[in-house]
Amino acid sequence: MEMPLPDPAVLAQKPRLVERLLQVLPPEAVIHDEMETRAYECDALTAYRCPPLVAVLPSSTAEVAAVLKICHDMGVPVVPRGSGTSLAGGALPTADSVILGVARMNDVLETDYENRVIRVQTGRTNLSVTGAVEEEDFFYAPDPSSQLACAIAGNIGMNSGGAHCLKYGVTTNNLMGVTMVLMDGTVVELGGAHLDPGGLDLLGVICGSEGQLGVVTEATLRILHKPEGARPVLMGFDSNEVAGECVSDIIRAGVLPVAIEFMDRPVIRATEAFAGAGYPDCEALLIVEVEGSEAEIAEQLGLILEIARRHNPVELRESTSAEESARIWLGRKSAFGAMGQINDYMCLDGTIPVSQLPYVLRRIGEMSQQYGLGVGNVFHAGDGNMHPLILFDANKPGDLELCEAFGADVLKLCVEVGGCLTGEHGVGIEKRDLMVDQFAPDDLDIQMAVKDVFDPQWLLNPAKVFPLAASLGRRAG
Amino acid sequence: MRPESEAELAEIVAGAKGPLVVRGGGTRAFGAPVMGEVVETAALSGVVLHEPGALTLVVKAGTPVAEVEAVLAAEGQRLPFEPMDHRALLGTRGAPTMGGMVAANVSGPRRVQVGACRDFLLGVRFVDGAGRVLKNGGRVMKNVTGYDLVKLMAGSHGTLGVLTELSFKVLAVPQAEVTLVGRGQDAATGVRVLSAALGSPYDVSGAAHLEAGVAEDASQTRVRLEGLAGSVAYRRDALLKGACAGFEVVEGMESAALWREVRDVTPFAAREGAVWRLSVKPSDAPGLTAAVRAQGIAAQAIYDWGGGLIWLLVDEVGDAGATILRQQVAVLGGHATLVRGSEALRRVVPVFQPEPAPVAALTRALRGKFDPRGILNPGLMG
Repeated sequence: MEMPLPDPAVLAQKPRLVERLLQVLPPEAVIHDEMETRAYECDALTAYRCPPLVAVLPSSTAEVAAVLKICHDMGVPVVPRGSGTSLAGGALPTADSVILGVARMNDVLETDYENRVIRVQTGRTNLSVTGAVEEEDFFYAPDPSSQLACAIAGNIGMNSGGAHCLKYGVTTNNLMGVTMVLMDGTVVELGGAHLDPGGLDLLGVICGSEGQLGVVTEATLRILHKPEGARPVLMGFDSNEVAGECVSDIIRAGVLPVAIEFMDRPVIRATEAFAGAGYPDCEALLIVEVEGSEAEIAEQLGLILEIARRHNPVELRESTSAEESARIWLGRKSAFGAMGQINDYMCLDGTIPVSQLPYVLRRIGEMSQQYGLGVGNVFHAGDGNMHPLILFDANKPGDLELCEAFGADVLKLCVEVGGCLTGEHGVGIEKRDLMVDQFAPDDLDIQMAVKDVFDPQWLLNPAKVFPLAASLGRRAG
Repeated sequence: MRPESEAELAEIVAGAKGPLVVRGGGTRAFGAPVMGEVVETAALSGVVLHEPGALTLVVKAGTPVAEVEAVLAAEGQRLPFEPMDHRALLGTRGAPTMGGMVAANVSGPRRVQVGACRDFLLGVRFVDGAGRVLKNGGRVMKNVTGYDLVKLMAGSHGTLGVLTELSFKVLAVPQAEVTLVGRGQDAATGVRVLSAALGSPYDVSGAAHLEAGVAEDASQTRVRLEGLAGSVAYRRDALLKGACAGFEVVEGMESAALWREVRDVTPFAAREGAVWRLSVKPSDAPGLTAAVRAQGIAAQAIYDWGGGLIWLLVDEVGDAGATILRQQVAVLGGHATLVRGSEALRRVVPVFQPEPAPVAALTRALRGKFDPRGILNPGLMG
C-alpha cells in the first residue's frame, strides 16, 4: 500500500513542534523519543507500519484543541487514534504526522437513566460504557467484537457495528451528540440529549468519517435497559442456498432476532478443531439469538424453529441453559482465533444483499481455487455483512500480495451484486484504492468536498479513505 | 417544471438561471418562504425494488408515500419510523412523496423506539446544485464505505440537492399492538411515567402525553407496545403492575387511531395559532412549557417521544413566542422549529433554530459545496 512521502519541511520542524507541544501538555503526554513512538507504528492491520513523528496523549478537550491549533499553525498532519484496533489501517501514522491518542480521556461525564443517555470522554472503551451503567441493568448496544479494547472515539470514526445490530443498529443509530475539535482548534458541539438535529445533520456525517473531519472528544450515547434474557438456537443445513432461504423466511415472518450468524464448512471445521463446540459437520450453520422474558423467548423460538424445520435442517439445537447457550456461541466467538491457528489470515468486511448470499459464496469458492488460498466465511447473515477470512502465509514471499489481490476481487464482487466494500470496519488505507470501484468520480468528489469544508488543508488522518490520486490536487493545495 | 427523468432534472438544474423551489407533493410546506421556479419530482415515481426477505426497498423520490405503504402492506411490512402526514396540521392538499418525507426527515411516535427516517435510509441518488447526478450509501443495511452523506441529505429540505432515488430498510408489521392509557396526570407526572416505561425492558414503541383539553377534557398518558401477541400481553401486564398501574387497555384499530392522532398532531389541526415543534431532553419538557406560560404565552402541548418532542400550539401574536422558546432551548439544549405559521410570521421569525457560529459556518460552507450558485430552495432553512 503506497503512502505519501513524508514532507521534509515537517520532519525538520520536529524540535520546534515538540517544544510547542510541551508548552500545552505535561511532559508524559508528549512522546517523541524514536524508540517510544514505535508503540504507535500500527493498528490492528499490522502488515503496515510507520512510526509517527510524535505521539501526544491529551487529557481534555482544551488540550486537544491546543494540540490541533499548534499542528494547524505548523502544517503538521494529525492522525487521531482511539485504541488502535482498526482492521483497516484507520490509525496508521505517516512519518511526518502527530498521533493524537485519546486513551487518557476515559471518564464518564454524566449518567442519566431518566433520559436514557450517558456522556463519556471518547477514549473510554466500548465495553466499559456498558460497565458504567450495568448496575442499573442498562447497556450500550453497539458491540463490535473488539469491544473489550476498542474506544468510543474509534467506534464513532468507523461507525462500528457488531453482532447485535440487526435489532439495535450501529453506532450512528445510537450516537446522540458529540463535542468535536476541528483541525484549527475550534470546538464544536453537535446534538446532545435531544433527538435529531435542528438544521443539517452534521452529526450523521461525522459518524463514520474516519477521523478526517475533526477529533471527537466527548460523546452522548443512547443507553437501553437490558432485555430480561437471551437465548440462541443453532441450525445446520447441507447447503448455503437453504440456509440463506431460512434467514430470509425468518426475517419475513416478523420475528426480529437480535443476531443471525452464519458460518460455512471451512470455518465450522476450523472451530471444531480449535474449540470443540460440538458443531455438526455440515455446509452451513446458523446461530439465531432472540431476547425477552422466558415466555417471549419461547414464543419467538417456536416460530423460528417452525420455519427452520420447513428447510430440513441436518441439526437443530435449542439451548436450555446458560451453559448450552455459551456452547452454541463458543465456536462462533472463537472463529477468528481458530482460523488464525491454521495460518495468517486477512479479514474482509464487504456487505451484500442477503439474496445474493449463495451466489457470492459460490464465487468466493471458485476464486479460492484460482488463487490457491483457503478461505472461510463468517457472516452477519441478517444484514448481509460478510467476513471472509483468507488464509495466507506472511513468511512466504508474495503470499500477502496474492491474498490482497484475492481480497480485492471479493470486494469488487460485493459491489457488483449491489453491496459495498465495507460494512463495519471502514475504508482506512486497506480499501482506499478500491473506492473507485464503488463510486463514480463525482460521487467521490462530493465526499472530498465535505472534507474541504472541515479540514481545508487536509491535515487530518492523511492518506485514508480516498485514493491518493483522487485527493492529490486537494492535498497539495 | 416536472421532469420525467433524472437526466432531465439534471439538465434543468444545470441550466437554471435563478432560484428553484424543489417540491415533492407540496404537503409539507414549511420553512421560510422561497421565491423561484417550481421543480416537481412527482413524475420520478415508482418502486424500483422490494425484497421482503432482505427488508429492502428502493423507490424513486416522487413516489407517493401511500403507494409505498400499500406495496409494503401487501407483504406484511411497513416504514418503521411511522412518518407523519402533515396535511391535516398544515391544511395542505396533494400526495405526500417519499422524497418530501426524507427531505424533512419526517418520523412519528415510533422514532423513540426504532429511530428516525434518517436511520432507515440506506442510500440516496440526487442532483446537486451544479446539476451533477450523485449517489451515496447503497441498498444494504451495513455500509461504512466513504462518508455518510445519506444522513446529511435527510432533513436538508432540498437545499443540498434534489432527491431522485431512495433506499430504505423496512420492517415487518407486528402481530399485535396495545396502548395503555392513563388519565388526569399533569405533564411532569406524565413524562416521569413515560420515562419509567421507556427505561424498562418492555420495548415501548410509543410514549406520549396529551395535556388536558387536547384530546379530551382529561389529560392522557399513552404507552404503546407492539410485537408477537403473547409477548405484548406479557409486557402489558408487567407495565400495568408497574409504571402504568391503573391505566386503561386499548387494543387493535382503536390503539392505532390513538397513535395516528399523535403522529399527525390532529388535535391542533382545527385550532387557530402557530405550531412549534421542539426537540429537547425529555425531562426538560414539562418545565419548558411551564416557563413559556409563565411569560404570559397561552400554549397547549402534546408531548411525544417520552417528552423529547413537544408540539406547542400558541397564539400567533408578536413573534408567536419565538424569542422565549429559543432562549429556553438554547440554555437547555435542543431546538425549536416553527412548523405552522402565517407567511408573514415566517418572514420575520427564523423557522429553524439559529445555530451557534461555528456550526452555522460549517453548514454554510457545506451548502456552498453542494449548491455553489445558491439556487436550491435558497433561504428555506435560514
